[in-house]
Amino acid sequence: MSGYEARFAVWRGDADGGGLEDFRVEVHEGEVVLDVVHRLQATQAPDLAVRWNCKAGKCGSCSAEINGRPRLMCMTRMSVFDREETVTVTPLRAFPVVRDLVTDVGFNYRKAREIPAFVPPAGLAPGEYRMMQRDVDRSQEFRKCIECFLCQDTCHVVRDHEENRTAFAGPRFLMRVAELDMHPLDAAGESGLDRRRTAQEEHGLGYCNITKCCTEVCPEGIRITDNALVPLKERAVDSKYDPLVWLGSRIRRRPSP
Amino acid sequence: MATGTEPHPQRGGVHNPTRAAITARHLRTDRWWLAPAATAAGLLAFVVYSTWRAFADTDYYAAPYVSPFYSPCLAENCRSMPHGPNADLFGSWWGISPAVIVLIFPLGFRLTCYYYRKAYYRGFWASPPACAVPEPHRRYTGETRFPLILQNIHRYFFYAALPVAGVLTYDTVLAFRDEDHAFGHMGLGSLVFLVNIVLIWAYTLSCHSCRHIVGGKLRHFSRHPVRYRMWRVVGRLNARHMLLAWASLLSVALADFYVYLVASGVFDDPRFF
Repeated sequence: MSGYEARFAVWRGDADGGGLEDFRVEVHEGEVVLDVVHRLQATQAPDLAVRWNCKAGKCGSCSAEINGRPRLMCMTRMSVFDREETVTVTPLRAFPVVRDLVTDVGFNYRKAREIPAFVPPAGLAPGEYRMMQRDVDRSQEFRKCIECFLCQDTCHVVRDHEENRTAFAGPRFLMRVAELDMHPLDAAGESGLDRRRTAQEEHGLGYCNITKCCTEVCPEGIRITDNALVPLKERAVDSKYDPLVWLGSRIRRRPSP
Repeated sequence: MATGTEPHPQRGGVHNPTRAAITARHLRTDRWWLAPAATAAGLLAFVVYSTWRAFADTDYYAAPYVSPFYSPCLAENCRSMPHGPNADLFGSWWGISPAVIVLIFPLGFRLTCYYYRKAYYRGFWASPPACAVPEPHRRYTGETRFPLILQNIHRYFFYAALPVAGVLTYDTVLAFRDEDHAFGHMGLGSLVFLVNIVLIWAYTLSCHSCRHIVGGKLRHFSRHPVRYRMWRVVGRLNARHMLLAWASLLSVALADFYVYLVASGVFDDPRFF
């Protein structure tokens, strides 16, 4: 494949307003959208603001919406587009815009702080933790998260409803709750913290209607809905809604299975 | 810097004034509407067909086959089905189609199923219609309030679906009889029933609640090796839950339609032996 001239429409502006600006830009074989954005910076728009870092799909910095779909610019090959089509690149539309393709993702850091951290088990010092691989497999899938916040961006609960931002943590942080609740050594229960109940009551798990957009956009291929959100919903049912489980816990007090 | 469109001061969602000022509600260029439209059409077709058949109260038994919509048949007004899934538990006061008594359980199971929830939230309620396509509703409370908070009883419908699947398994065994109820025979209908019951069980066992109950609720798999294995098997099925949901929906409708065609005399069941 030889080089060609692609049509790009890139959103330029800031919180006061802005719009899509058209460009024609050279594209070479094997390039990704981020390469083309860098060429735009180098040749036509030196003040174009864009956040990026690793160019390898591991830092989660270059999140944007390409033809309306939340994606990493560095992981979107130009070969997936027709040469004649206009490739539209906009900032994430769920977060406040700072400038051009850069948004303020501070909402996510605030939500991260609201999730209680791992509670170390009593009687074990760091370095003495021992776990079976099969016990940590589930949590390790969630640790692949690169915090690109594409799942947070696409989730309609906050994308379409600003008023839900206080009550809803978003898929990335509900996944964090699931990760900790499935962690074999987390001692939250022993310290009086019921992560399942707080997932529902404090982090808005009930707002999730499991429509799987978070899973669809995850560049790490984490099965967020099936492996984190639905299991967490089932665990919340154990804690809050299932009378048989409640009765069982009253009759027989057992250590965590 | 300000060029072109100014922010929308009074609007919510993607038109919130703090976000990038873009007039279009979404910029997707692919056929994002196809999946929700096809899902809605498929579910609607099944709802229309199953409602007609459930209330028809006729042509649901053609020895040795009984329609899965009418099994088990628990009222006095059921047709006589020798050695079949009859049990007159409801007596003579039940006046409408006996299918309604049992269908409520598989219906509830599918209605609260995590896959079908996604399907009808997207297909019928457009919440959202597709990823990064705004939903049309002004408010959204998800599954935090009545009635959608009742989706949390899915596991109870799962428990109820198990005996129903058990009865359909019994029906499949009975389908290996001839018209005189002698075992050791097989017809095209037996094959239809066999495929149907395999898909019904695969769908039922691939359920997210089943996955949780058999092992997902555990924190230490290493202490429960048998349940861990069961969880892994169910997990593999669960990865195909959507496929199994559609396949079993289609197969149960086809099994019923097959019985309808044979019972109404449209054609005779081809017998293999």
